[in-house]
Amino acid sequence: MLRRATALLTRPVISLRARPFSTDVSETPVADTSFYDAWKKVIPTLEPPHTPLTFMKPRPPTPSSIPTKLTVNFVLPYNSELAAKEVDMVIIPASTGHMGVLPGHVATIAELKPGVLSVHEGTDVTKYFVSSGFAFIHANSYADIIAVEAVPLDRVDASLVQKGLAEFTQKLSSASTDLEKAEAQIGVDVHSALNAALTG
Amino acid sequence: MASNAAVPFWRAAGMTYITYSNICANLVRNCLKEPYKTEAISRERVHFAVSKWTDGKPETPTIRTDTPNV
Repeated sequence: MLRRATALLTRPVISLRARPFSTDVSETPVADTSFYDAWKKVIPTLEPPHTPLTFMKPRPPTPSSIPTKLTVNFVLPYNSELAAKEVDMVIIPASTGHMGVLPGHVATIAELKPGVLSVHEGTDVTKYFVSSGFAFIHANSYADIIAVEAVPLDRVDASLVQKGLAEFTQKLSSASTDLEKAEAQIGVDVHSALNAALTG
Repeated sequence: MASNAAVPFWRAAGMTYITYSNICANLVRNCLKEPYKTEAISRERVHFAVSKWTDGKPETPTIRTDTPNV
């Protein structure tokens, strides 16, 4: 049974590390060298144009000691709420439960559910309500949070939330097809989350 | 379907993630206080005209709009 044990032990370990996680920070090249080489072969007299890569700021490598601050990018389709802001902690409404993210958090991708995203900065706490989206937490204490719609919590109207909750609870009981049921269930989920955010 | 793993209820009902997240976003927009609500809803409005081309000529366009009185 152990005849192949030596072969297993001497097998290169590289295969285990060959596929990096998508949350890993890759060494971003400053420019596409193969493109520049090809350009110089064809038009040696003209400077090569800028490519998207040259406009991208490379992400800092993972530091050996844990930094004191978490750098957060929080973006919406129409706005950039937080751009590379250094904060102490964010609490993310992940679909698996609320998740506190501190500097040095393990690299993760989390799906967001409707809920409160709170950004802690010293004693200041900023609360947003996010509808849905994704959070990417990188190993170098960077967190990218992407949401479809997010608003500061004080812009939510409590009476409209109550009205919507009642309406969708009624719709859920009268729904006949699977799709109608799912739509009503989403309505109940979103409004209960809004309600919990306002009262809790 | 790629996998038989447990799926969220909206996926089981035949919705895609885009549909789900857009419904969620719309519900949140409808619960905002007034100046922000109109602003958020107007941001999502679309207006376009589509016309099919037959024999090298466009047919009468159909207009898809969220602001019918403009």
